[in-house]
Amino acid sequence: MNVLEAIGGGVERGLAYIGGLTIQFWAGLRASSCVLPFIGKRGRWRAALRQMEVVGVDALPMVAIMSICTGFILAMQAGAELRRFGALQYVMDTVAIGFTRELGPMLTAFIVSGRSGSAFSAEIGTMVVTSEIDALRTMALDPTEFVLAPRYVAAMIVIPCLSVMSNVFGILAGWLFMRMETSLRLSMYLHYVADSIYLRDVLTGVLKSAVFAAIIVNVGCREGFRVRGGPDAVGRSATSAVVWSTFFVIVADVFFTAIFYLLHTE
Amino acid sequence: MADPIISIDGLTVVYGGRRVLDGVSLDIQPGEVVALLGGSGSGKTTMLRHIIGLERPYSGTIKIRGVDINRCSKQEQKAVRRAMGVAFQECALFNSMSIEENVALPLHELTDLSDPVIEIMTYMKLAAVGLGEARKQTPTELSGGMKKRAAVARATALDPEILVFDEPSAGLDPIVAAGLDELILLLKRAFHMTVLVVTHELASAFRVADRLAMLYQGKLIAAESKEAFRASSHPRIRQFLDRVPDPMAQSDAVQNRFRELAGMAEERQ
Repeated sequence: MNVLEAIGGGVERGLAYIGGLTIQFWAGLRASSCVLPFIGKRGRWRAALRQMEVVGVDALPMVAIMSICTGFILAMQAGAELRRFGALQYVMDTVAIGFTRELGPMLTAFIVSGRSGSAFSAEIGTMVVTSEIDALRTMALDPTEFVLAPRYVAAMIVIPCLSVMSNVFGILAGWLFMRMETSLRLSMYLHYVADSIYLRDVLTGVLKSAVFAAIIVNVGCREGFRVRGGPDAVGRSATSAVVWSTFFVIVADVFFTAIFYLLHTE
Repeated sequence: MADPIISIDGLTVVYGGRRVLDGVSLDIQPGEVVALLGGSGSGKTTMLRHIIGLERPYSGTIKIRGVDINRCSKQEQKAVRRAMGVAFQECALFNSMSIEENVALPLHELTDLSDPVIEIMTYMKLAAVGLGEARKQTPTELSGGMKKRAAVARATALDPEILVFDEPSAGLDPIVAAGLDELILLLKRAFHMTVLVVTHELASAFRVADRLAMLYQGKLIAAESKEAFRASSHPRIRQFLDRVPDPMAQSDAVQNRFRELAGMAEERQ
């Protein structure tokens, strides 16, 4: 009986979590219109711009370095194998396709969830603990509109941009490898890369990274709004924001990659 | 008598099977200052959170200006919230903004006033609580008393009819706390605000309030004028007024335990 109870309780909590996430997702989407410039409320766009700077611009150095490292690792690993077949030129395909379709969006999602997902939950959790969220509600201001929406809009714009930057840096790292191995010129390398990838590869990557952005913002903010109690709860919420957003990013990635795979093979 | 501005009827709140509030009824008239007293865990913060509409009751109704806040449209709810200013115990100022921006926020968000007008109004609100000079500072740079004052300035930004004040003197020295009492009286006199003060400080309650209400174990055991409250014969109110501790610390078991500990200490010596 206890086992059944535990399973039932776990399922119920899981469903409640997903349900809460879904409700918040739609509420955030509806509230997003008030953030947009010109048609939105004054001040909100500025808040979104500030978030874009924190989430996007400040993350760029890290995205760049990690993409260069990962691109170089990928090129070396692929090169070691492909060289045996005399097919070193396929390193360029591997890096270009690997980054545009998969590694760019995924690396970016991991970096942003570690940097900003945790920050979202910690900021909002602190606002809950210090009654700032209650204060907003008593002032007839909707916390969804005020706190969630600017972060939502910022992340949805900035994260796909970051993932494109990650693609660029990853592919450049591929050139570094080819340059060392075969003294290939950059223009030749880019020409080859342009031949090997399709626009579709880039677009599916960008689409995926928009989905990852929605996941990171929603999980991060949800964990923040769920905080009850004192400062220790804020720390725990930051941890679970990173853990769960990474988890959901991977699950969503499998799902979307499978869809694109099926569309591609048909 | 005029219609009450706040009317609470049979408010019952249940948390995890425990009745935190049990059929509380209280009417507050316009322009009245009511102090809600009660010990820790008596349910006064819970009652406050329901009055300001942060939580929904298990049963009972709360009407503010005749509008049932749990059964009204979003528009009506917004109007009620605009008519009510809340100064939280933790102050709840937005730490990322200066106190000037904190006070200006409701004006920016809920009115169509132009920026220069908002700037003047913000300065007036802050000057009224004695913070005109400190307006550019952020909440972390302010002392506890100044933060409370800033919270009052923000709560009064939209000229509310009702001001709700949670534990104004908690964590403040007596002089600063007395200053806040005077501020409450000033707001009442100058703007004819209805003020609900939640507190456990007797001196402060007697200074500011027209009427004192007292919660004990989730029930309202008194809602009377100062004189009637002071003369009350209710044992719990007497205990509260005379600062008599609960009998727990004097029970035989506790006393014996203390004796035991003392005895052990003696043996060790």
